Amino acid sequence: MDALLSNAWVVIPLRILIVVGFVLTAVPALVWIERRALAMMQVRKGPNRVGPAGLLQPVADGIKLFFKEDVVPEKVDRFIYFLAPAGFLIPVLCAPAVIPWGPNDRLTPIADINIGILFLLAMTSLTVYGIVLAGWSSNNKYSLLGGLRASAQTISYELAMGLSIISVVLFSGSLSMRDMVLNQQGSLGLLDWHVFRLFPLGLIATGIFLIAMLAETNRAPFDLPEAETELIAGYHTEYSSMKFAMFFMGEYASMVTISAVMVTLFFGGWLSPLPFAPFTWIPGPLWFLIKLGVFIYLFVWVRATLPRLRYDMLMKLGWLRLLPTALVNLFLVAAIIWWQK
Amino acid sequence: MFEQILFAIMALVIVVTSIGVVAVRNPVRSALNLVANFFALAVLYVLLYAQFVAAVQIIVYAGAIMVLFLFTIMLLNLGSPSELAERSDIKRPITWGLALLFVIVLAGGVFIRLGEAKPAGDDIGTVQMVGKHLFTDWVYPFELTSVLLLIAIVGAIVMAKRRL
Repeated sequence: MDALLSNAWVVIPLRILIVVGFVLTAVPALVWIERRALAMMQVRKGPNRVGPAGLLQPVADGIKLFFKEDVVPEKVDRFIYFLAPAGFLIPVLCAPAVIPWGPNDRLTPIADINIGILFLLAMTSLTVYGIVLAGWSSNNKYSLLGGLRASAQTISYELAMGLSIISVVLFSGSLSMRDMVLNQQGSLGLLDWHVFRLFPLGLIATGIFLIAMLAETNRAPFDLPEAETELIAGYHTEYSSMKFAMFFMGEYASMVTISAVMVTLFFGGWLSPLPFAPFTWIPGPLWFLIKLGVFIYLFVWVRATLPRLRYDMLMKLGWLRLLPTALVNLFLVAAIIWWQK
Repeated sequence: MFEQILFAIMALVIVVTSIGVVAVRNPVRSALNLVANFFALAVLYVLLYAQFVAAVQIIVYAGAIMVLFLFTIMLLNLGSPSELAERSDIKRPITWGLALLFVIVLAGGVFIRLGEAKPAGDDIGTVQMVGKHLFTDWVYPFELTSVLLLIAIVGAIVMAKRRL
């Protein structure tokens, strides 16, 4: 078994299978959680007919999408129209390759590269191509507006997100995701996590990352690229059947990925919140999944609670509030770390 | 062996997409060719152990600058290729002449070889090396570049908003 696991030709495909398999199987679970939790918050029942408590509803939805007619409008740019859903889904599935799920480095991450967080930023910044190209190639004014909004929004919020990540890089002194988690290990448990580092500076960085992550995944209250009251369905208006399903899967998979990044950067990754007996019995990957679940639920909670922002408010928040706050925060973090040395 | 095969494939992709950038009529497809080109270039950087440069190549060029390019192309709606066709005939021979001159200079540089290059160490492209050189040997050019960018931003705002 050990000899088998140290063979690169066995272990790397196995790792890819685990990570991609988990992210893709999390998508239907996530859809079910979202629909049931939204229903609970809005005091309705939600899907409860297919399977126990509606658990098989995502399966039914999947089968429905698969058998739907695939309508391709006549005046689309066919090559780019077919390329766009894949261009959205593939970077989303590549991004979690550098996230460590547990203390054991045999099975995850797929590659513990020394520029881990930069790889992640690179992949998340590429997802916007799928959206922009889908909007442009559809040859539909609503799609085009959705695509333009998505590109402007992603670029604006990437800056604030990058600046909040740099403060974590300063805390840990490394770009590797594994080193970042190990840097949060300490005798104080959750007080050693980056979120409580140099209180309240770590907390501010976490808050900026939280807002930016909602905007990056185009989720409510920043779901302007697909605002149904103004743009029908935004960039995927002209997509049907499995091509629509690829956008749908990509959106939910990117929620999983970005939540995992949040957990790794600020909330101690696989570390247990309290470093003594009953809590340390729970294995690391399970802690990771629990924390991941909390952030997934937060996504749904925010969607049910907050109204959508207007476009000018979105830009004002990104450039005039988040970016200056992140800059000042980063400056303070850097100054204090320099002073402590 | 594996590295050589990968290099050959990526070099081929770079050549094909580079030609595609100028040869394709549709501006969006031209921009997409450039994106693919940047990707292949990033793979070549990884093959040279320059992981940091590769990641920055994708974040800055593919992730930010090309998205802005696409944004501008779509905003100006340069979609119809027929409007972009060149009308003047004087430009064409000059273009070809300059291109030929460039190829000659490049080929001359490759064949004559102006001295041997020193082999780079394994850590040439790591974050530590780039940071160390940027903030010791090259700190003045680095700071001057940032001032230049600041001037460009201020200039753009002044041009865009006359009444501020």
